[in-house]
Amino acid sequence: MKYQSQKVAMAYFVCAMALFGIQVLGGLLAGWIYVSPNFLSELLPFNIIRMIHTNALIVWLLLGFFGAAYFLVPEESEREIYSVKLAYIQLAILMIGTLGAVGSYLVGIHGGREFLEQPLWVKFGILVAALIFLFNISMTVLAGKKTAITNVLLMGLWLLSLLWIFAFINPDNLSLDKMYWWFVVHLWVEATWELVMAAILAFLLLKLTGVDREVVEKWLYVIVATALFSGILGTGHHFYWIGLPGYWQWVGSIFSTFEVIPFFLMMSFAFVMVWKGRKNHPNKAALLWSLGSSTVAFFGAGVWGFLHTLHGVNFYSHGTQITAAHGHLSFYGAYVALNLAMFTYAMPMLRNREPYNQVLNMVSFWLMTGGMAFMTFVLTFAGTIQTHMQRVVGDYYMDVQDALSIFYLMRFGAGVAVVAGAILFIYSMLVVRKREVITPGSANPVAGE
Amino acid sequence: MAEFLTKSRARNIFYGGSLFFVVVFIALTVQSHKYVVEVSTAGMPLTEEVALGKHVWERHSCINCHTLHGEGAYFAPELGNVMTRWDVQNDPEAAYETLEGWMSSQPSGIEGRRQMPLFEITEEEMRGLAEFLRWADQTDTQGWPPNDAG
Repeated sequence: MKYQSQKVAMAYFVCAMALFGIQVLGGLLAGWIYVSPNFLSELLPFNIIRMIHTNALIVWLLLGFFGAAYFLVPEESEREIYSVKLAYIQLAILMIGTLGAVGSYLVGIHGGREFLEQPLWVKFGILVAALIFLFNISMTVLAGKKTAITNVLLMGLWLLSLLWIFAFINPDNLSLDKMYWWFVVHLWVEATWELVMAAILAFLLLKLTGVDREVVEKWLYVIVATALFSGILGTGHHFYWIGLPGYWQWVGSIFSTFEVIPFFLMMSFAFVMVWKGRKNHPNKAALLWSLGSSTVAFFGAGVWGFLHTLHGVNFYSHGTQITAAHGHLSFYGAYVALNLAMFTYAMPMLRNREPYNQVLNMVSFWLMTGGMAFMTFVLTFAGTIQTHMQRVVGDYYMDVQDALSIFYLMRFGAGVAVVAGAILFIYSMLVVRKREVITPGSANPVAGE
Repeated sequence: MAEFLTKSRARNIFYGGSLFFVVVFIALTVQSHKYVVEVSTAGMPLTEEVALGKHVWERHSCINCHTLHGEGAYFAPELGNVMTRWDVQNDPEAAYETLEGWMSSQPSGIEGRRQMPLFEITEEEMRGLAEFLRWADQTDTQGWPPNDAG
């Protein structure tokens, strides 16, 4: 750690991991209700648990991004953060808002636009926190060295914050509501968040592989160009069946097909950089997460996204378990794994140590990734059967769901593996053991203590 | 990567191209907004009752179990065409009565069956909710869903 103010990132990462824990436990509970539907049904209904599951996810990913920005911007700009105090105030607002939102969900106070259920005061809190962040980080960058990584990172964070405005716009007309709702949801995860992801990935690869900055940054611009060229009009793939004009079926199908490209490029980027790299960086776990993130993002967002994005397919698969399968693998690969890569890379430095607990960390990678892959497969099978029975044959929803129970049981098992992996990950980050579980060989001079 | 593609060229392509797509997207959005108001949802007036129904729908977070036009959670049936499925789309009174009858009998308590909570909703709100679901049902959704099962 070269700059003292980078330390604020640690508070962000710890809070993010706490919410990560809440998120996966909420998911496990929701998965269990699919298996045993009467469980907690009067005390804590499914819709409340799902809100906690999705909201905790979104907030912890954002906390991770903010923390990553506070960690990498000083190194890129070669100066301390403009105000450490503001960074902590921002974090406090976000945590109070999030815990307040979870509390109010538990007592039944919430909005009803999916993922944007936060009470109005929490939404304003998020806005204020975002403004504090943008001010703080922009002042840092403006006063320091400007690099492609900070350019792209800031552009992503500025745009995603601006799009938050649409969280406040809720027309009475349902179709308009849905259209503007996607301005937050799609233009976050399939456009602006990709900028943040690519920038963080570029930073990690720059540090881990030692490839020339010039090469890394050129890749970065090409990746984010393909992300926005495809992702902006790719929004059309959500506009097929919600009351919007028919031409979106063509615009959406064509441009969202191209959405595979940035994810393929990010995966290629990661592997090419490692191949060309000159460095034998001691943090193998961070490298595994970086490669894993870009690979799983390619499959989850790219391949599983393409699977049901063409309007002729989507006409039948829209709103089935196929969507759930894609949602889980894409979020895990693109944003969860990327954040965990950053935590893995940064935490040892923030704690002023050599990389530690790498074996446990890598085990957690395979547990989570394996669990998430299995979950994706079973939900895809469930969704395929659901699509056929319900959308082609015309059987009623609940009859079809009853026929899918075996898949939901397997999904729960997969969820257990993911939760076990998440707990192991958090343990490997927070608790320093005396030595590695497996002693490293001489080619891997990993410090275990 | 090829020599002609320098870092600054890549950057300029990124900025210029993104701006172009943003402009196209905004233009299509303006047109779509008009289309929704004037064509696809114009079959039934957006009354205060419908708007109230939408607030009732939101306040109880129905979207986190059900889908509406295919969007939402996948835990409970699609509701964008529920009034057609119940065969009450053209009869507001029957729509209200059927909805009221269904919602007041929840939760079913049947073992092994997904449970819908009992929501405390006034008669006025329930009428609004029924009208909102009828309003959603009459929206031109390009022929989706493929059949009444939703």
